[in-house]
Amino acid sequence: MADDSAKHLEVALVAAERTVWQGQAKIVIARTTDGDVGILPGHAPLLGLLQGGTVQVRTVDDEYFVAAAPDGFISVANDRVSILAENAEMGHDIDLEEARRELEEALAAGIPDDDSDELRLAEARVRAAEQTS
Amino acid sequence: MPANLRELRDRKASVTTIKKLTRAMELIAASRIVKAQQRAQAAGPYARELTRAVSAVATFSNVDHPLTTEKANPKRAAVLLITSDRGQAGAYSANVIREGERLNQLLREDDKQIVSYLSGRKGIAYYHFRQREVAQSWSGNSDAPSFARAREIADALIESFLTPTEEGGVDEIHIVFTRFVSMLTQRADVIRLLPLEVVEGEEAPAADDVLPLYEFEPSAEEVLDGLLPKYVASRIHYCMLQAAASELANRQRAMKSATDNAQDLIESLTRDLNQARQAQITQEISEIVGGASALADANAGSE
Repeated sequence: MADDSAKHLEVALVAAERTVWQGQAKIVIARTTDGDVGILPGHAPLLGLLQGGTVQVRTVDDEYFVAAAPDGFISVANDRVSILAENAEMGHDIDLEEARRELEEALAAGIPDDDSDELRLAEARVRAAEQTS
Repeated sequence: MPANLRELRDRKASVTTIKKLTRAMELIAASRIVKAQQRAQAAGPYARELTRAVSAVATFSNVDHPLTTEKANPKRAAVLLITSDRGQAGAYSANVIREGERLNQLLREDDKQIVSYLSGRKGIAYYHFRQREVAQSWSGNSDAPSFARAREIADALIESFLTPTEEGGVDEIHIVFTRFVSMLTQRADVIRLLPLEVVEGEEAPAADDVLPLYEFEPSAEEVLDGLLPKYVASRIHYCMLQAAASELANRQRAMKSATDNAQDLIESLTRDLNQARQAQITQEISEIVGGASALADANAGSE
């Protein structure tokens, strides 16, 4: 896979009800359960579960953005990267203040159950918004 | 006669109001159908990628997952019936409920116990009226189902599937819903949701679309563990979106024929009304003419 069949990645960030972002990128950095993976063009096919809930993308125009993708997974094949998460969202679409408040509410509500979906969603949103700003 | 006239006029007025109502409902359904189709389209990429990923895992690893394992002797079957929340949609709910009854009959003949899950107020009302036991039910937003709702249903179904049969779990899960074939055709349909048949190829991969050898992070088992529940939820979401589009198409059709019928009724009432009014006028004229000639006869006699 060393030959440069393509100089960029075709990235699709897909939520359950819509496609959040679609475009070409130079690099995608995602945190899977085994740690961060950086994906460059020519990466071997990969299927991984995301953890931590954020994905970083540098587009071909050298724009950089962070997206929240809690409980998602990433699939890479033939320079096509698909990031699937039910509640995927772009970092700059998230209101940091609001996300922080939601996280606090989730924390307050979820003390007995440390691993609730709402908590993970709120955490991912805060992290994405923080990294964006 | 005047009483009859007024009665006809009242009826015509009320039918006109009904026509306006049904016409409005028809237009609303028509505009929502477009939205429902867009929503189904928007959900397409997610379902497609998910199916691709799941078949990739299933093809390249010999992993046995509880959700894909067929049980040897299925004794209990769950049926998820997707109906609408509201009526005014012609035979939509009746058709899907009938299909559900047919499936229940089949399952009963196979000596399986049936556990019912319902989505949509119409189905709930049907079961409630017959005092049948319902394991769990959901209602609201049947014409614009959210993914969150599909997730909720999927979680409940998966939980009951993973519970051992002796403890009240189920061995297989079926969905009864209405498939949106086209604007004109919607068909009540049954699919088996669990155990999953992953390689059923809704979209058969093209010849050049060979699935690559994937690396799995952390492992094939764990990836499958994470993917399959999402896949189930996405399937349920798909069924609900189809059902929503069908419901709206049915409603539009039902309301269109109601509007047409109201128009026919208005026309025939207008005719009756005109006839009655004409008859009244004719009678009044003949009364006047009769009275005048009687008067003339009396005057002629006296002179």
